[in-house]
Amino acid sequence: MAEVDVKKIARGDFTWRSLPLAAMIKVPTSLEYKTSDWRIEKPEIDQSKCIKCLLCWIYCPDMSIKRLDEGRVEVDYDFCKGCGICAEVCPTKAIKMVEE
Amino acid sequence: MSKLEYVRKMALMGDEAVAYAVKQADVDVIAAYPITPQTIIVERLSKYVADGELNASFIQAESEHSALSICIGSALAGARTFTSTASQGLALMHEVLYIASSMRAPIVMAIANRALNSPLNIHCDHSDIMGARDTGWIHLFANNVQQAYDLTLMAFKISEDPDLLIPVSVNLDGFILTHSIEPLEVLLDEEVHQFIPHEPYPHEIDFGNPLAYGVMALPDTYMEFKRQFQEAMLKVPEVFHKTTREFYTISGRTYKSLTSYFTEDAEAVVIALGSTVETLKYVARKFREKNIKVGVLGLTMYRPFPEKEIVKVLENVRCIAVLDRAYSYGGVGGPLYTDILASLYKNGMKPIVADFVYGLGGRDFKLTDSEEIFRKMMKAIECNGFERDIYWWGVKE
Repeated sequence: MAEVDVKKIARGDFTWRSLPLAAMIKVPTSLEYKTSDWRIEKPEIDQSKCIKCLLCWIYCPDMSIKRLDEGRVEVDYDFCKGCGICAEVCPTKAIKMVEE
Repeated sequence: MSKLEYVRKMALMGDEAVAYAVKQADVDVIAAYPITPQTIIVERLSKYVADGELNASFIQAESEHSALSICIGSALAGARTFTSTASQGLALMHEVLYIASSMRAPIVMAIANRALNSPLNIHCDHSDIMGARDTGWIHLFANNVQQAYDLTLMAFKISEDPDLLIPVSVNLDGFILTHSIEPLEVLLDEEVHQFIPHEPYPHEIDFGNPLAYGVMALPDTYMEFKRQFQEAMLKVPEVFHKTTREFYTISGRTYKSLTSYFTEDAEAVVIALGSTVETLKYVARKFREKNIKVGVLGLTMYRPFPEKEIVKVLENVRCIAVLDRAYSYGGVGGPLYTDILASLYKNGMKPIVADFVYGLGGRDFKLTDSEEIFRKMMKAIECNGFERDIYWWGVKE
């Protein structure tokens, strides 16, 4: 199987002839495929209210809450689909969903 | 060397002939679930495996859905793979049929064509395969036991061709062919091994160098993958002809995508699939003796549809009867009829055409039925039309 430039495909730079046969493709590929354009609302974290409980990190179905040092968190906006679960579970209402 | 290896001529049921071909093809994996009238195929194969005559994994799945899913994994792992089903079993496989073809898994499946419930019926018609018509498989139809054997062997070569990697169904009429003993000529094992040597699957599952299979493709790429698949389908006729030519050199038996019988100067041609083609041929010969210009057109390859070859045969034909052993309820007519009508229209041809829906649930199609249809066609030529466009042939009104 020839090497496929996944970034080119993600950019829309392809035709049916250049796509890999039957979508058989070398891994890892989903890192190149930003799924954030599904999002309508995005979560915003007010770091001053955050108590570092990590409930958002546990509940995020898309692993889009990134852990930083000392228990702080931030949102991975490349892959967050805006489901709002993090805002729902946040006990201090530190996460708000805002329109894009 | 067992005795069978010397044998050239055998008398086998259609199911046994398919099983014998699969054994000679030296398959690696058989995953199946038994269903009438296919059961004998997998029964024989399980015996071959148990007796050590065939070195293969025989996996009895808990359903046809699982059987075909197993086949996909096995084919992508590079194993020569076979399954077999009929009727409800094929219907249960339905979603997996699309996955097998669009993941480009080379699989050969024998289908013992049988009616669908309800009412419950185990006898022959083509409703099962017509439901699977557009699933991206190559569909071949056998007219007799010899063809069931030959097409099964050729199916492996076609399916595994690196330009295709498309699964193939070999259709044989339930009971009429599956359970009828006919004499047939078989190839020697060595001849079969030379004809279909084991070649590695070009995108084989390899843990050292992994690929993702069957990934998600969203609206931005999905359509391109489907267009790519259609392109592979367009290559099928060429591979089919290459395969049949090579098969001729070892067997002396000629195959084309169509069986044309007395069609060159025919005024009226009947078009059909499966064992009925044999009945029609017999009757056409009788009519020819009386100098009545009828012909028969059988489709060995139903998908991809050999449109160009068909319109060429029908070029100067005045009257066409299409025999459909299935129906599209609430549709324009039977599936073969609508395919033929579309082909004629695309090529600017307007002969007299009618659809004859026949033989559902295994109702016999006798020589007299064939005679009557030929006579109806001669009358239609005189009157410049049939009395109606769709006949439910032999239905008690």
